[in-house]
Amino acid sequence: MMRTFMITDLYFLLYAAGWTVIITLVSFCFGGILGLAIALAKLFGGKIPRLIATAFVELLQSTPVLMLLFLSFYGLNYLGFRLPPFIAAGAALSLFAGAFLGEIWRGSIEAIEKSQWEASEALAMTRFQQCRYIIFPQAIRIALAPTIGFLAQLIKNTSIAALIGFVEITRAGQILNNMTFQPFLIFSLVAVIYFVICYPLSAYSQRLEEKLNASRSA
Amino acid sequence: MAYQMQFRSVLQRMPELMDGVILTIQLGSTAIALGLTVGVVGAAGRSYGPRWLDRCIGGYVEVIRNTPLLVQLFLVFFGLPLLGFRVSANTAALVGLVVNLGAYSTEIFRSGFQAIVPAQIQAGIALAMSPWQIFRHVIFFPALKIVYPALVGQVTLTFLSTSIVSAISAAELTSVANTIESQTFRSLETYIIVTIIYVVMTLLFRFLCWLLAQVLFGSVRDYRISRRLTPVATEVAP
Repeated sequence: MMRTFMITDLYFLLYAAGWTVIITLVSFCFGGILGLAIALAKLFGGKIPRLIATAFVELLQSTPVLMLLFLSFYGLNYLGFRLPPFIAAGAALSLFAGAFLGEIWRGSIEAIEKSQWEASEALAMTRFQQCRYIIFPQAIRIALAPTIGFLAQLIKNTSIAALIGFVEITRAGQILNNMTFQPFLIFSLVAVIYFVICYPLSAYSQRLEEKLNASRSA
Repeated sequence: MAYQMQFRSVLQRMPELMDGVILTIQLGSTAIALGLTVGVVGAAGRSYGPRWLDRCIGGYVEVIRNTPLLVQLFLVFFGLPLLGFRVSANTAALVGLVVNLGAYSTEIFRSGFQAIVPAQIQAGIALAMSPWQIFRHVIFFPALKIVYPALVGQVTLTFLSTSIVSAISAAELTSVANTIESQTFRSLETYIIVTIIYVVMTLLFRFLCWLLAQVLFGSVRDYRISRRLTPVATEVAP
């Protein structure tokens, strides 16, 4: 049965966009926890945690996200769980986000000059106090722009979850396309919705970066 | 656990997987070569062209950078026939990847071109260099050296994202894997093997990029993907 695109279909797309946002936030949260662990392990960990964190990051950054998705989708089934695609997609995207956020945050902390560490050590601060009061407040300022930029990248990568049948906005577009066969209209709408979500984020990230560079070179 | 891993039925299909590897390398290298060309032209247009050209290219870059590759591929795959071009899935995949990488590399090259101070170009003019010589020796090559790590990161991501084109039924490694998976029902085993192949290919690719940097610039620079995401950290003086 073929039918044309109707206004109610737009509601379906927007409803699915909600799921895109949800899966982005979920994987950003879990990825953030993982990323923090990776950054800390690489910076302050002993030989073995550092090795594990490095190997994890290198491995994940050499794997297509689609493969991560297939592995977690079929891997979880293999372990005997009958889980909805949401869990598999969330797990894969969290791992992906963790690897990238870990590197961003490690870089931001490393960007703090050594004199800051030395000065705070001279004030007899403990390692925790150094991080809490001196290093992290400065590192967060540096990390903010690339982190928000990565958030936009994560949103775009959630589109791949469509390929294991998770109904987010791209999958919704595919479903509507199968019913109406008006691909150009539908995928243009899908692209517009992504753009509306991502553009403010990347523009904000770019502005932050310019501001930071200006304040650093001044 | 009731399930036993069996790799044999997948390993028997190794010749097909190797065909997939070759297709992926062909698609990836063509897309990278063309995409970088688009990037250099786009960045030159933005940096040295008239204002309207800068605006147009800027619009293209923002649209591509804020929409997913998968949606871009669908638009190209379904859109080109509507415009009257009958193309194969592989051609559509190539077009999509080139358009995508073109936008990202335009921005990377542009930031490199902007790092070349005008005095350098004036010095080139003073030495009676032709515009082409100035572009090649004074602008392009030093800029390439500056943005090389970021460029390698982006190109690696493009290489990895060739796996997505299987969604529009283009032939490459992932689509071969999907075929094998549906015929052997050994899903997990298939994707474990294919993931290993991807990791090996990507590590080799990054090694080649590192080697190229040695030949071009004679220096070792950090070429990791994540450096693209932390531009601030890379500019800190030692």
